[in-house]
Amino acid sequence: MTGKQPYVGQALDSPHAFTLAPGPTKHTQYPYVTGTSVLGIKYKDGVLIAADTAGSYGSTVRYKSVERLKTCGKHCLIGASGEISDFQQILSYVDKLILNDYMWDDGNNLSPRDIHNYLTRIMYNKRNSFDPLWNTLVIGGVKNGEKYLGVVTMIGVHYEDNHVASGFGNHLARPIFRDEWHENMTLEEGIQLLEKALTVLFYRDRSAINKVQVANITAEGINISEPYALKTNWDYKAFKNPTAGAVGSW
Amino acid sequence: MAEAAIALPPKGGFNFDLCKRNAMLEKNGIALPRFRKTGTTIVGLVFKDGVILGADTRATEGEIVCDKNCEKIHYMAPNIYCCGAGTAADTENVTDMVRSQLELHRYATNRESRVVTALTMLKTHLFGYRGQVSAALVLGGVDVTGPHLHTVYPHGSTDTLPFATMGSGSLAAMSVFESRYKEDMDKEEGMEIVSAAICAGIFNDLGSGSNVDLCILTKGKTEYLRNYQKPNPRSYIRSKGYDFARGHTAILSTRITPLKDQVTIIEGDAMEE
Repeated sequence: MTGKQPYVGQALDSPHAFTLAPGPTKHTQYPYVTGTSVLGIKYKDGVLIAADTAGSYGSTVRYKSVERLKTCGKHCLIGASGEISDFQQILSYVDKLILNDYMWDDGNNLSPRDIHNYLTRIMYNKRNSFDPLWNTLVIGGVKNGEKYLGVVTMIGVHYEDNHVASGFGNHLARPIFRDEWHENMTLEEGIQLLEKALTVLFYRDRSAINKVQVANITAEGINISEPYALKTNWDYKAFKNPTAGAVGSW
Repeated sequence: MAEAAIALPPKGGFNFDLCKRNAMLEKNGIALPRFRKTGTTIVGLVFKDGVILGADTRATEGEIVCDKNCEKIHYMAPNIYCCGAGTAADTENVTDMVRSQLELHRYATNRESRVVTALTMLKTHLFGYRGQVSAALVLGGVDVTGPHLHTVYPHGSTDTLPFATMGSGSLAAMSVFESRYKEDMDKEEGMEIVSAAICAGIFNDLGSGSNVDLCILTKGKTEYLRNYQKPNPRSYIRSKGYDFARGHTAILSTRITPLKDQVTIIEGDAMEE
């Protein structure tokens, strides 16, 4: 998912990209301002979702205070990686959905599973029109005691699991989760696990910064932490003098 | 007096003559054959007394596993071993070549080989071939100057690190190292972390699998632990066994060609020893 290649259908000589009608292309071709991984795990009392607050513009870290975790309704939280403007559009759709649901005033409201399904339909249908919302979404929530955690990608792939990640998180965080996640972790254990994964991502993902937020969704409600920094360790002896054994090499 | 330049044989390194022709072929729509790479997880780690190298044992040809238990930790010298990722032929041959150069060098200098010697030979060769020799290596060993761990990339660049991972499973393995590595670990801890990193690659990366190989190098002693862990045993064998009685497969037609009519047997002497 680099910004370099046109997404699809761009006829190599035609200036009209995908559409046959004259004029500019109105289909998403590449992402511009992007967020990196979002991580999510279920624990004893609910769901924890974490993400850093960086908005990268290609290889520059352009924005350092982007909130990529947003509540929707009382029971649900959406975290997004990918194009930030598309995430803002998704939040606008979700806002209308929740408002509509609220106006029914029927004593019931949409569950995280319903919102996941709604988002899946949007993402899949836009992808079929070659105009995707360039995001991978992590949806988590608790309703009626049931903990829910799922993912929707920009092409409409959707699934739920006990621990999820988007983007680089799939390669760096999921192996840690598969090894160390277990049923009914406490809040402290859950946060520790997420922070471990976030630290590895900060070390090894170039788009990640050391300013993260963790959201905690329980039956009582949703709490998104203020952004904070992780502890890092750059003090290895070997880094200080890497070529001690071979002066002049690198 | 001034003749046109004499055609000299190339002095070594990559010969680019055929690249234009390949580009022309591709432009004309002829698909060039892809060479097969092996997915891999290889790691190395420096601990208190030396270096531990680890590797998985799966070799792939595209989507098929062609060798379930191959050896990716190559011998370079009694005190130096090298893990290889990338094109299997390239890793095998480049390590073999440097191994033999090192041995000759040992005879010439009458000294134990040094890791930086192997490193310099490898990087010089790979740089000359402009990345076309697709070998990504984790080189580790203990010599008179101490324990050393290096990574070598196909284009010839090297890094000197306390812990390193390469191959398609390198991210999974690196996540284990980054979260668990400590300086000056002892041998048991080191082996535990290295095998955990390889297992992360085996279970999370499709290009890696099967067993864990370890090699522990310390001053004066090398332990090569082939198949140190086998976390993917064959879990089901049919209790009745596998026996295919006649009649299981339909015979469509039969043709018997007696070979005696085709072969003439001549009496003769046995071959000289």
